[in-house]
Amino acid sequence: MEIAVASGKGGTGKSFVAANIGYAISRERETVLVDCDVEEPNLHLFFPGIPSSVPVTTRLPVIDEDSCTLCGKCASFCRYGALTVTQSGVLFLKDLCHSCGGCEIVCPSGAISEEESVIGRVDTLRIPPHLTLISGILNVGEIKSPTVIKAAREAASGSPLVIYDAAPGVTCPVVETLSGCDVCILVTEPTPFGLHDLDLAVQLAALLGVPSGVVVNRSTPGADEALRFCERHELPVLLDIPFDREIARIHNRGGLLSQVDTAWADTFRDLFYRAEALSEGGL
Amino acid sequence: MRICVTSKGTDPQDPVEERFGRSPYFLIIDQKTGDWTAVTNPVAAEVGGVGPRAAQLLVDNGVSVVITGNVGGNARTALESAGIDVFLIRESVTAASAYERYQKGSLQPLY
Repeated sequence: MEIAVASGKGGTGKSFVAANIGYAISRERETVLVDCDVEEPNLHLFFPGIPSSVPVTTRLPVIDEDSCTLCGKCASFCRYGALTVTQSGVLFLKDLCHSCGGCEIVCPSGAISEEESVIGRVDTLRIPPHLTLISGILNVGEIKSPTVIKAAREAASGSPLVIYDAAPGVTCPVVETLSGCDVCILVTEPTPFGLHDLDLAVQLAALLGVPSGVVVNRSTPGADEALRFCERHELPVLLDIPFDREIARIHNRGGLLSQVDTAWADTFRDLFYRAEALSEGGL
Repeated sequence: MRICVTSKGTDPQDPVEERFGRSPYFLIIDQKTGDWTAVTNPVAAEVGGVGPRAAQLLVDNGVSVVITGNVGGNARTALESAGIDVFLIRESVTAASAYERYQKGSLQPLY
């Protein structure tokens, strides 16, 4: 069972929902929580501890100037503009490289080899009795988020229950996180921005064939735009979390609502069961 | 020497294109003969990496100087490393007039 928590808009409460649902359900079964917001991971703030780390690498071409004939085949092959061949040598722009390995294949003189380059790491923290936190972390200045997300997902593979905390937006990192998931929990807030970006996230989940349901966070009485949006799009509303100062206070000091409040623990456990039912077509 | 002006069209009387990598055409002037040739930019509408690929096109066409509105960071690195000089034209004028200004020495070099 793989559950993704996504949103479209940033700051709606993805990590809040992921951390609390993960903590609540781990009271009764083995759970792996994966932080896929690798550019700014934050789930570790709620689960202090010293993790074990594994580096994430990508392959980059290295050009041997002595055997390079400046024929230009690599540059004309590269669709990303990472290689420019001039009269004096080959210029390699690492940030444009997608590590496809094509330049090495098309080089007729065998002048291109590949080397491993570290772009981030995957941290794993065991939280007894039944929770494991895996955090993907992209190094500052690097751009290949999907590679780190893939590594974080691999580190969790084989576990019976995995919850992914996605990055905001609907671009490559979110596609990488959502692909292959059984269900997606979309966290929104009842604001025009929240709903605008929720719309995009709903479309992405549909494109990827992942059934999705909505958690309305910071909900205020009378402001039912989010509920009407869900009705229009035939989206199940999985949970409504009120705009509450006490919830914010607990969360902002790094606490877990489902740890300090048993009623909320039950609510988040129910959220899990509703998401599970949704993945099986039962909602 | 071969000079390139980024242009919205294929004629010297067409306006200068202010973007380098996404310029639809590169007008190349052969200073020996005074001939103008229009080269279509095949990467103008691509998603990314257009700057260095456009620079590669100019390298392949033996260009030594490019006159354009502005170049991005990756394009600049590629052009500089290829030894191609860049001159910036800030006003919207025709390609022919931009070339004239370059000849008079009234355009700013980028580096």
